[in-house]
Amino acid sequence: MNRLKFKSKSKVREFLGEKLIAINALAALVAIVLIFAFIFKEAIPIFTDQEIQQEASIAKMTFKQEFYEGRDPKWSWQPNSEVPKYSILPLMIGSLKAALVAMLFAIPLGIGAAIFSAEFASQRLREIIKPVIEMLAGIPSVVLGFFALIVLATVLQNMFGFLFRLNAVTAGVALGLAVIPIIFTVAEDAMTSVPSSLRDAGLALGANHWQVSLTVVLPAALPGSAAGVVLGFGRAMGETMIVLMASGNAAIISSSLTDSMRTISASIAAELAEVVFGSAHYSVLFYLGTLLFVFTFLINLGGELAVTRMKQRLQGKLS
Amino acid sequence: MKKIMICGLLLILSVGLVMAGTTITIKGSDTLVRLGQRWAEEYMKHNPDVVIQISGGGSGTGIAALLNGTTDICEASRDMKDKEYKLAEEKGIKPYRVSVALDGIAVFFNEANPVKELSFAQLKGIYTGAIMNWKEVGGEDARIILYGRENNSGTYAFFKKKVLNKEDYNEYTQTLPGTAAVVNAVSKDKNGIGYGGIAWAKGVKFAAVRKADADPAVLPSVETVSNGTYPISRELYWFFNGKPTGELKKLVNWTLSEEGQEIAKKIDYVPLSKEGALANTVK
Repeated sequence: MNRLKFKSKSKVREFLGEKLIAINALAALVAIVLIFAFIFKEAIPIFTDQEIQQEASIAKMTFKQEFYEGRDPKWSWQPNSEVPKYSILPLMIGSLKAALVAMLFAIPLGIGAAIFSAEFASQRLREIIKPVIEMLAGIPSVVLGFFALIVLATVLQNMFGFLFRLNAVTAGVALGLAVIPIIFTVAEDAMTSVPSSLRDAGLALGANHWQVSLTVVLPAALPGSAAGVVLGFGRAMGETMIVLMASGNAAIISSSLTDSMRTISASIAAELAEVVFGSAHYSVLFYLGTLLFVFTFLINLGGELAVTRMKQRLQGKLS
Repeated sequence: MKKIMICGLLLILSVGLVMAGTTITIKGSDTLVRLGQRWAEEYMKHNPDVVIQISGGGSGTGIAALLNGTTDICEASRDMKDKEYKLAEEKGIKPYRVSVALDGIAVFFNEANPVKELSFAQLKGIYTGAIMNWKEVGGEDARIILYGRENNSGTYAFFKKKVLNKEDYNEYTQTLPGTAAVVNAVSKDKNGIGYGGIAWAKGVKFAAVRKADADPAVLPSVETVSNGTYPISRELYWFFNGKPTGELKKLVNWTLSEEGQEIAKKIDYVPLSKEGALANTVK
């Protein structure tokens, strides 16, 4: 009797509980859809409004423009000009450059630290390393940006003799500091969750610790590590304060990592507060937001797919 | 709970204060907001029955508020644009402009830089990218590294209008958040050049500036901006709806008095010249 009563009561609770967390999950989904709809809505005038299209149509934002008669056509981002110029290419290049440097800096460090922490560190050491690296993620990005602006820029310039104090390398390294904990945490979790039977099998076959780590654990943890890298890249693309402070914000088309650069996110942050509501500049900034949103979404989606495939391959389901 | 009670008490108190006397709202330029606050504090000390509420947001925001009738005084670091004057007319607002203080924009060099002075033409060349090397303006053979402000800054717009003749900044200009960051960067960059308010000069040196090539080059200082010999300066304004009367008139005339201008000087704004202050005083 008693048991039955308990069961019926718990069923109601289970039902309610389940619905509640379903609502939570849906709320996040709805919020994202609504945010995207709002951002896109503000960008729509670019496609519909004649007046705004004269200043900033998709073609004008994408292709080289002859802004002044007789001068060479070029890409340029000068929204507060007599002839407003809204080329997106320099900003795209800036965002990618910063993210690239950040990843070059953060992947080896993040994965390396993860291998050490998961495979080689003693239990005690690991209990220190892990929280300390994860604490990096808790530093507000404006603090990291300020550190890069005041300290890191000087150190790097003296070390490598950069012509421009603030450049893609400075911004990328600072950005890397924000990305390392993401890669580290995800990769480390993936490595520690590799079954110890795999390790034991490797060791039993005569492989040493190093060989087991690199040829057994690392490949088995690859999907997880890759997920960390993808998440980190998304963060690097979207991060704002660090690049706003440390990149120099110069919208230049250049492949050199030692030139200053300007990212999409920093442009939005710097310009949105002062822009006239409903102007071409306003719509362009929201269009940039839409691009950034779509871009990060695609990267995450692509990463997710790649990770799934990798998992299947590791499990032998895919030839 | 305690917090809520304190908040409630403060709210009641402030409502009480507002009801007891006149309330004046001031809104606008971020350049002026610090000065406005100091003035308001002092003025309220002398006149306990007056409450002054100050907020920033930028000159454009302040002007929009004046046109919408949501502020008594608009602070602006620029004159109203023709478009805004026309809009005011449509809305039946009669903007009345008073200069309350001056602001000078200095050009900074690194202390190791041998160059001492620049003309407007040279400055324009440097910032538009026509002049790329310090050698061309009498310095060492090194590339000029440009520092500036973000394009939402009033200083950016003012420098562009006054010195660059509205031409675009060179795209290699490194833009930084705030004058303090510009000064810091130039102090560490031997070949750097930057611009910003004259109150900021730690670790950098000022350039003497000449407007035409024949003019004498003038170093920026409170005196040279105040007497108008330093060429990169601007007036900072208060806009009213119609000629101010009553408490508003009393307030603005007090800011233009010796006492008011002295306060401006104390917190590193440039006071108006005596004649300038007199000319702006509301009769």
